Formats: sequence, structure tokens, C-alpha cells
Amino acid sequence: MATENAGGGPVEYIQHHLTNLHVGEGFWQLNIDTIFFSVLLGALIVFVAMRIGRGLRAETPNGLQNAAEGILEFVDEQIRDSFGSRAPKIIAPLALTILLWVWLMNFMDLIPIDLLPAIASGLGVEYLKVVPTTDLNTTLAMALFVFILTVYYSIKVKGLGGYIKMFLFHPFGKFLIPINIVMTAIDELAKPISLALRLFGNMFAGELVFLLIALLTLGATISASLLIWFPLQVVLDMAWIAFHILVITLQAFIFMVLTIVYIGMAHTQDDH
Amino acid sequence: MSISITLVAQLIAFVLMIWLVNKYLWAPLSALMEARRKKIADGLSASERGKHELKLAQERSTELLREAKDKANDIIAQANSRSNQILEEARNNAKTEAERIVAQANAEIDREVNRAKEELRAQVADVAATGAERILKREVTDKDHESAISDLIARI
Repeated sequence: MATENAGGGPVEYIQHHLTNLHVGEGFWQLNIDTIFFSVLLGALIVFVAMRIGRGLRAETPNGLQNAAEGILEFVDEQIRDSFGSRAPKIIAPLALTILLWVWLMNFMDLIPIDLLPAIASGLGVEYLKVVPTTDLNTTLAMALFVFILTVYYSIKVKGLGGYIKMFLFHPFGKFLIPINIVMTAIDELAKPISLALRLFGNMFAGELVFLLIALLTLGATISASLLIWFPLQVVLDMAWIAFHILVITLQAFIFMVLTIVYIGMAHTQDDH
Repeated sequence: MSISITLVAQLIAFVLMIWLVNKYLWAPLSALMEARRKKIADGLSASERGKHELKLAQERSTELLREAKDKANDIIAQANSRSNQILEEARNNAKTEAERIVAQANAEIDREVNRAKEELRAQVADVAATGAERILKREVTDKDHESAISDLIARI
């Protein structure tokens, strides 16, 4: 709990917040909180989806169905913008999953930073990191899956020969094959890594700013200075939350659009 | 903080999520929306077709009406000419009948006249004979002869 760590100072407070609840060490470290919250939010999506699915009405859609249809149309529009009509079947549910799931996982960032860890520590859980997207494992897992799909569709559309040819001749033509291989490899690998790091970095930084704002009154005793720091903290927190609502939405959207674009690029026939 | 087995777990969770979202959200909802889109398109095209058919029917009904009017006019004209014809025939019949009756009457009259003449002639002969008898019984004088003759003439 925050007050317990107050004696340890700001560094320990932040480090405590950045530590996952985990079992195992090294490569075998399993972040239970990350998995728990992502699965919980995934279950929420599925639960709401099933509720919508039970009362599906073509003639008179109700509120929740309207909202779902709106999101669906939005995603479909993004897909049609980069694929036309020949999008593979997986792309739509993939993009929709990313948008909803990433947004919800990001949204955990807006819950007061000490609230859930405090409750957890009350229940005897020492560490708790509530935002799954501040765990690089989550974002990299999604980015890797997108990368696998990109490679799969590249080979499927261009053929294995075409895919290799892309590595050999791509940016500079046939006289600079070694450079081409390096450039294309970097190009291809940069896609999933940037995808994962962008989301992770934004969410991690966002959480860090919340931690720093929380530090303003950390361990403060009732005193005159609290009259300045406490209102300042409230105002800063509100401002950062307001800004962060945009950030979490934007990051979820960017992740989805880039996924669509990367898989769309894999579908283009190259003439090089 | 570092890459670990969590990544594999999250990867599995992600794939499962895609499958679940597809099963429970995307597939039913997009099927529904597609069905609705098709229904709306069908409805619109049906209404378009209906409009077209209505226009055709209106044209057809106007034409039928016009045809019926023409036919009615024809029938009326035919009836008029037929009635005129019947009238004319009747008039002609009446005329010939009247002529026939007149001719018959004339013939009757002629016959009567002839018969009367015949009768008269017979009576004249008779009278002449009687006269002659009376004259022969008496002395026949010129005077007598004359008076007989004049008597005869007067009787004729």
C-alpha cells in the first residue's frame, strides 16, 4: 500500500508500482496480474458480445447493438480503405479485437493508480500492476501475432519465391543484394517492434506520469503545505486523465490501423 | 519487466480473443448487418419496380379506356345507321304495300265497271228487245220509232 511504502521514499513507491505480481523467475516469469486483467477484460468483451448477440434485432436495434454496429462499421471502413473488398476473413475480427481489447486494457490506466493495488494488498496480494498494456509482453505478443500474419499473407500472396525476391531486390535493385537483405529485414522487423513499443511506451509513460502526480502528496502529513499540493495534485490528475482518454483511444486506434495497413501491405503484389 | 513466458500466455490469450470476438461479435453482427443491407436494397429495388409497373399499368388503362370509347362510338354509329336502315325499309314496305292496295282497288273498280257495263249492255239488249216487241205489236211509226229510240237513249 502507498502509505506503507511512504517510508521508502518515491523511488521505492514507483518501483513497487512497476513490479508485476508474478511467479517464476527469468524467462519463466509469469505475470499473473497482466494475464488476469487482460483475460478479465477479454471476458467482459465476450460477455457484452453475448448479451448483444442474444437480443439481435435486424429491424429495431437497441442501444447496445447500435453502439456495436457503429464500432463494427468503423472498423469495416478502415479495412475497406486499405484492402478494398478482398480482405481476408481474419482481418475484421482481428482489427475489432485489437480496438476493443487494447482500448479496455488501456482504460485500466484511468482507474486511480493506488485504488486496485490498495484493495489487493488488503487482500494480501503484495504487488499489482493493473494495466496489461504497460507490460511489454502483452503488446509484443499482439505485435508478434500481427507479424506472423504479415509473413503468412506475404508468402501466400507473393509466393515463397516472391517473398524471398522481396528480400533480395527490394529497395535498391539487383546490384546491392546484401544491403537489400539487411534493409528489408530491418524494415520488416521494425514493423512489429515499433508496433509493440509504441503502445507499451505510451501506456508506460502515461502510468509513470500518474505515479509522479501521486507523489505530490505521498506520505504528506497534515500541514499548511498540503493546502497547495493537494489542489495541485487534483488539478494535474484531472488534466492528465482528460488528456489520457485521448491517448488510450488514439493508441488503440493506431494499433488497429497499423495492423490493417501491415497486413494490407503484405497483400500488395510487388512489381520490383 | 522483461520478456518472459507471459508473452506466450498473452499470445494465446490474444488468439483466443480473436476467435471469441469473431464467434460472438463479428460474425453474428456482420451477418445481420449484411442481411439488413440486402433487405433494404431489395426493398428499394422492389419499390422502383413497383413504380415502373404502376406507370405501365396506368398507360395500359388509359389505352384501354380510349379503345373502349372508340368501340362505344363505333357501336353507336352502327346502331344509328341500322335504325335509319330499318326505318327506310319500313317506309319502303309501307309505300309498296300502299301502292299494291291502291292498284288492287283500281283493278277491283275496273272489274266492277266492266261488270256493270256488261250488265248494262245485257239490260240494253233486253230493253231493246222489249222495245222492239212493243213496237212490233203496234204499228211502228216514225214517231214511235223515234220516241222508242229516244226512250232507249234516255234509259241508257
